[in-house]
Amino acid sequence: MPSTEPQSDRRPAAAPSLMMSGRRQRWTRWKERLGRSLLFLVASVSTLAVVFIVYYIAREAFPFFRTGHVGEFFASTRWYPSREPPEFGVLAILVGSGLVTLGAIVVAVPLGLAASICLSDVLPFGLRQVVKPVIEILAAIPSVAYGFFALVVLAPLLQERGGHLLSIAAWMVGAPVVALAAVVLGDLAAGRLRGRRTAARAIVTLALLAAGGAAVWLLARRVGGVAIDSGTNALNVSIVLGIMALPTVVSVSEDALQAVGRELREGSYACGATRAETLLRVVLPAASSGLMAAVILGIMRAIGETMVVWMASGNAAQIPRPWFNALLPVRTLTATIAGDMGEADQVTGSTRYSVLFAMALVLLVISLFMNTASEVAVRRTRRKLRA
Amino acid sequence: MAALAAATLVAAGVSAQDAKIVIDGSTTVGPIAKQFAEHFMKEKKGLNITVGESGSGNGAKSLINGTCDIATMSRAMKGEEVEAAKGKGVNAVQHVVAFDGLAIVVHPSNPVQGLTVAQVRDVYLGKVKSWKDLGGPDKPIVLISRDTNSGTYEAFEGLVMKKEKIAEGAEYVGSSGAIRQRVQSTPAAIGYVGLGFVDETVKALVIDGVAPTAETVLSKQYPVSRELYLYTNGDPKAGTALAEFVGFCKTEKGRQIVSDIGFVPVPAK
Repeated sequence: MPSTEPQSDRRPAAAPSLMMSGRRQRWTRWKERLGRSLLFLVASVSTLAVVFIVYYIAREAFPFFRTGHVGEFFASTRWYPSREPPEFGVLAILVGSGLVTLGAIVVAVPLGLAASICLSDVLPFGLRQVVKPVIEILAAIPSVAYGFFALVVLAPLLQERGGHLLSIAAWMVGAPVVALAAVVLGDLAAGRLRGRRTAARAIVTLALLAAGGAAVWLLARRVGGVAIDSGTNALNVSIVLGIMALPTVVSVSEDALQAVGRELREGSYACGATRAETLLRVVLPAASSGLMAAVILGIMRAIGETMVVWMASGNAAQIPRPWFNALLPVRTLTATIAGDMGEADQVTGSTRYSVLFAMALVLLVISLFMNTASEVAVRRTRRKLRA
Repeated sequence: MAALAAATLVAAGVSAQDAKIVIDGSTTVGPIAKQFAEHFMKEKKGLNITVGESGSGNGAKSLINGTCDIATMSRAMKGEEVEAAKGKGVNAVQHVVAFDGLAIVVHPSNPVQGLTVAQVRDVYLGKVKSWKDLGGPDKPIVLISRDTNSGTYEAFEGLVMKKEKIAEGAEYVGSSGAIRQRVQSTPAAIGYVGLGFVDETVKALVIDGVAPTAETVLSKQYPVSRELYLYTNGDPKAGTALAEFVGFCKTEKGRQIVSDIGFVPVPAK
């Protein structure tokens, strides 16, 4: 072996016992290499699975891009795949996916973040041990059960009592926002006015409370008169998707808040900060990358959900007018892929079949993009925190 | 094809029980063929039946090319298909396997009792948007349709829409049961289901003055109905498994299966 020479150079006291250890060392190194390559193989299986999925979907989608329908795919809202000649406009479906995902974010993110802050920093330990598992049970409910609930309970409820529900929702969202805004702005105003602080604060806060309350009351009255014609619409699905995304958002963000650590919090308290100041100025900034990851994971949960949207979104391939009108039925990418994937098309390998794979590819690109975006965001905040 | 199959069987020296029947075609008729096949394979060990659902047009193609023994079709063979078959020496023979009637259903509280086919089409085209225009309350009509993959959709498209496109605001659901569920819980909804799915929770509209019943579908008075077919190459020879399969829809058990799936069975012999 050529390597024996330098080895004996390095270790001048090369005795027979050490020669033995050299052999053993090689054996150990070989075992190490074996273990490492085994682990590498296991790790690459999951990577390979991703690569294979991307390849397979792209391969099945490819025939679609060779037909003359590509321009129409992104530009047209007309989805008539079964007609002769067929129309494959996916724009309305993309907007539908976007709308329900946006709705789910509106439901899940404020609720989820508030719940996780409450769990990690407000609730006593004993209570938290009970509440967290209960929230996590939401993740264990199968999506078809959510879909059934949306179709059979929520949809008729929206049709019969839509106005009431909307005005209750307006109060539930409006009241805390107004109260918070009034208190914070009152505090700020008091800071500006040097002289009679308490009086100024009280006046500004009360005035804001009155004005905000009136605005919420008007809004609630206005939406109270709305009649919902069809309960299977974007709103219904947004609510249910939001609830489904909640456990993901709560779990991951609560972990992120916990990871901030006791020292940082105690340091903040030691400097004389209140609990609110500690939370807003110390804990949330320190946990922001984790919170971002929680939100993005929640979004991915909502955008990828199929059964609920197929059962309860109405599946109408239209762009609501105005676009944010969540009271109209919409169609999503996932529901279209699931609903239109018939055995029939698989046999013939028609355009109608490959267009579904083109849609799957779009979905895949969106989620890969979001994954990368979250990665970049997390890294950027980490760098900022270090600096 | 049957004769050919019989000839090969004789040549191979196997009993008729070891025969193989290949069926291909309509997604609407597919469930009937599948149920029949299941029943046949349970009754006769060794008989192998495969049922494909690639669409009526592909079923016809398969029969013409000799790759299937029975083509299931939800429409009659077109003139050019019959011609193409003759060109290949295939004599396509039509057998009615069942009748398919679509009931137009609304919420029981809806005062509208009947519509014409043209009115139903205008509703689904989005031209008529409110029940007020049809003699009902001033409520926007909620359109419910089956997904474009289903045979029921295909039938509705052909019988009512006549090649025109359903309005883009229409809601699509995945099953006839789901249509009924949506209609029974939505006062302003309209939907369509196979006759077998009509029950007291929804109201089936009178169309062109004819109520949708098994009798009016059989007598072809009810306008939103059609025949479903099996096509074979020549009349299958009596006594073969193929002949038995084609005639099965007229037996007690066959008629039971057909009505269980939601179609109207052909009259018993």
